[in-house]
Amino acid sequence: MLIIAISLLSAFTILLAGWVNRKSCCFITIATISFQFILSIYILRHVLTVGTIRYWLGGWRPPWGIEYVVDALNAFVLVVILFLSLLVAIYSKRNVEHEIEAKKLPTFYSIFQLLVTGLCGITVTGDMFNLYVFLEIASLTAYALIAVAGGRALKASYNYLIMGSLGACFYMIGVGFLYSVTGTLNMGDLRILLPPLYANRAVQAAFVFFVIGVSIKAYVFPLHTWQPDAYTYAPSTVSALIASTMSKVMIYALIRLIYSVFTLNFILSYIGLDLVICWIAAMAIIAGSIFAITQRNLKRMLAYSSVSQIGYIILGVGLSPISIWGLYGAVAHILNHAVMKGCLFLAAGAFIHKEGLWDIRDFEGLGKKMPYASAAFTIAAISMIGIPPAAGFASKLFLILASLEASQYPFVAILLLSTLLNLVYFWRVIDRMYFVGHGHGHEEATDGGESEGGLPLSMLVPMLILAALCIILGIFWLTELPLPLFYEILSDLGVSGG
Amino acid sequence: MELMTPLFAILCPAIAAPLILLSKRHPNVREGWTLVASVATFSFVLSMAPKILSGEVIECIFFQTIFEGVYFGLKVDAFGLIFAITSSSLWILVSLYSIGYMRALKEHAQTRFYFYFAWAIFGAIGVALSANLLTFYVFFEILTVSTYPLVIHDQSPEAISAGHKYFAYLLTGGCFFLFAIMMTYYLTGTTDLIPGGISALGSASRTILIVMFFCFLLAFMKAAWMPFHSWLPTAMIAPTPVSALLHAVAVVKAGVFGIVRVVCYVYGVDLMHELGLWLVLACIAGFTMIVGSFFAIAQDNLKRRLAYSTISQLSYIILGAAFLTSNGIKGAMLHIPFHGYMKITLFMCAGAIMVATGKKNISEMAGIGKQIPVTMLAFSITALGMCGIPPVCGFISKIYLCFGAWTLDQYGIIFLAIILTSSLLDVIYFFPIIYTAFFRELPKGGGSGTGEGKIKEAPIFMLVPLTITAIFSIIFFIHPNTLFIFDLVKTAIVDLGFGGV
Repeated sequence: MLIIAISLLSAFTILLAGWVNRKSCCFITIATISFQFILSIYILRHVLTVGTIRYWLGGWRPPWGIEYVVDALNAFVLVVILFLSLLVAIYSKRNVEHEIEAKKLPTFYSIFQLLVTGLCGITVTGDMFNLYVFLEIASLTAYALIAVAGGRALKASYNYLIMGSLGACFYMIGVGFLYSVTGTLNMGDLRILLPPLYANRAVQAAFVFFVIGVSIKAYVFPLHTWQPDAYTYAPSTVSALIASTMSKVMIYALIRLIYSVFTLNFILSYIGLDLVICWIAAMAIIAGSIFAITQRNLKRMLAYSSVSQIGYIILGVGLSPISIWGLYGAVAHILNHAVMKGCLFLAAGAFIHKEGLWDIRDFEGLGKKMPYASAAFTIAAISMIGIPPAAGFASKLFLILASLEASQYPFVAILLLSTLLNLVYFWRVIDRMYFVGHGHGHEEATDGGESEGGLPLSMLVPMLILAALCIILGIFWLTELPLPLFYEILSDLGVSGG
Repeated sequence: MELMTPLFAILCPAIAAPLILLSKRHPNVREGWTLVASVATFSFVLSMAPKILSGEVIECIFFQTIFEGVYFGLKVDAFGLIFAITSSSLWILVSLYSIGYMRALKEHAQTRFYFYFAWAIFGAIGVALSANLLTFYVFFEILTVSTYPLVIHDQSPEAISAGHKYFAYLLTGGCFFLFAIMMTYYLTGTTDLIPGGISALGSASRTILIVMFFCFLLAFMKAAWMPFHSWLPTAMIAPTPVSALLHAVAVVKAGVFGIVRVVCYVYGVDLMHELGLWLVLACIAGFTMIVGSFFAIAQDNLKRRLAYSTISQLSYIILGAAFLTSNGIKGAMLHIPFHGYMKITLFMCAGAIMVATGKKNISEMAGIGKQIPVTMLAFSITALGMCGIPPVCGFISKIYLCFGAWTLDQYGIIFLAIILTSSLLDVIYFFPIIYTAFFRELPKGGGSGTGEGKIKEAPIFMLVPLTITAIFSIIFFIHPNTLFIFDLVKTAIVDLGFGGV
């Protein structure tokens, strides 16, 4: 609970502080998020050792008051969000100064902080309507952050605004239907009240509205149309933050809706519903990759790659009713993708920051000019492709095993095909950076003296941390260590087995 | 201590790699690291041999994975050790050689070269010593990725497109491999490499097993069996030491090693018989042997001819494994180190010829036997070995293969004929090279390169390794148990349950 309050407070503090001193904004943000992050780790530990935390807002009992529930899944997502936000905030300091006029800085950081608030809120809430409120907070701030860059970003943001509002409306309609049928908005209550009403048309319609609404926000293919523009034209910091956290939170909301509100019985009582989800995900995986291959702008390519990677997570969710490995894969990929994509966007931001390079074709020799940023990019890209022992490999393994257990061989083929497609579009960049052009000089190249050309440390360190995490996580997921987390999540979501 | 030896063995190259990168400004220190690491790796690997020979297995478990029943770790058995000894001993020699080669040609990006070289060895040794298919896969992919920068070292457009082809083939293979592994795990709950095969696999349906086997085969495109071989000649654009170690030893051997592992340690002899898969495999191998040799005859570029020769020779190993008899498998296992030593000599000679004379095509090589006698002598010896002519070690492995074919219940004669024909073809494509080099007159006038001074032998750094490997090829014939190879093969055969020799 404290997490939200602090964040909200600090957002306003930043605004106030901004009038006094522009420089302080960033530090307040960093301080707040680090505090939140430490808190979230503490919460995760508490959840894993003691059990679910429930907090009644204002002391009102659940059916009337708003309840915050933190179990293993959202504690995990919380840690992911805050960790990424922290790194991005550190990174942002120098980058934002570079990309945004100083006048706007306080506004930028308070919106940044509000976005983090919104994301955390979505994660911890146990109330359907409260989720909507935070969803709007997060979305509105995201529109604003994207528009900060000005120019074409305004149009992108406007596009996003329209699509996002549509999504929010759909979600709202779903909430309305459920309330009219059950008279409650609390997730826990809904879970108990809904089963007898599964046959009710309003409930079914609500489910569809929820899924579509959240899917728009999570840019699930084919509802992704707003996303590439938004990611491309937003400031790099913002694309990194939104790409790595926002979509994850939306996916989290989807998982929460499917498991905690509607439960598996609902999904399974409509034969084929899970398969529909899987096929949509499969389409997303392939289509996203193919679009990514056709791009020349690095950030746009990464954006389409996100569309494809979100497909992985959704596929995991879709397979999870049949195989627990599906859920493992989805959960693991939430973290993996956040780390990998965060790293890639930060690196892309660094390229733009330092060299002003957007177009992949101009990347020749970048490996020499910016060795660390390029190395970070390469590691994250390898991880995306899913080459062991990087992180992407583990999620791929889980998903393949899930597809096998579900006897859905086409998905195995799709996952493997996607590996190759990923290879095509990422390797093109790596080739450009390191190998293409200026070879052939049959002499030991004078290894560039001023490495990195003075990329600020505050931008470099977050990138390198994320790159290292790509490898560490890959090994972490393969060990037994995450099993307690998985078991806890499974039991919280009411899935048997494990 | 004993248990940690395999870990040390694979750690050596992994530690050397960053050190190489750090000392990039001091070429001598950098090459020093490579040499130290290679010697250390080799000694660690060799030190495990006596224990393995006494019938024990060294297991080194890193951690239990999230997949129940699968751990991530190393397990050293006789067969794995053969491959490990081969790659690590040749790493020392190739390191020496590449120092000479790279400096003589003043190649660019030498640091990168040594860096990825160390990682490739890390992958190869890891493949050799891995305990189960999952570990195998991880190292297998590391090997693939780390060799890419080596293949495209030249960075010319052709090199890069060759690299793309290399990646397209091998990583697609990787995808099939991953599928096959997960399928194995799904069916049996284990991915361990067990001598005699995973018994639980027998209960799966016939169709699935056959499909899986083809996935495994596609996974090992590294073995360059036809028609999935074309990446290998293309990849010959790499610098010669790379072709030598990686494309004659580490990468392709990892492929055939994998096939033998799958045949004997995953499916098992009985299951292979029952499904009739041995015949399929043997036919693929036989086809590749013959057709590969024909392709080799048609090549004029020396390295490309050697590449096709590799393709054909690798299939000897596959064929031996496919026979599923004690002698056949023995021949296959022997051919891994023997072919490694012989082929590496040939490649190093090809590189030495290029450095000394600048010639790449066989038709230009008239008379070079007199100019660079040591190199060409080494070349001739090992070329004879390739054809299976005593007193070079190729004879031993081939004779076992012939025994293996002879003792087959069916089709034995046919396969025997294939082996003999292929050996004959080997003679046909190697002999002209020797003939041209020694017995053709040097063309008078502007023939000899750019005509600046007399053509001398390649630098000593290149000459020594290739002489050593050539001598070893003969020693292996006289005394097959050098480096414990023969005993290890016997142990491996006993492990597989063939009893006695």
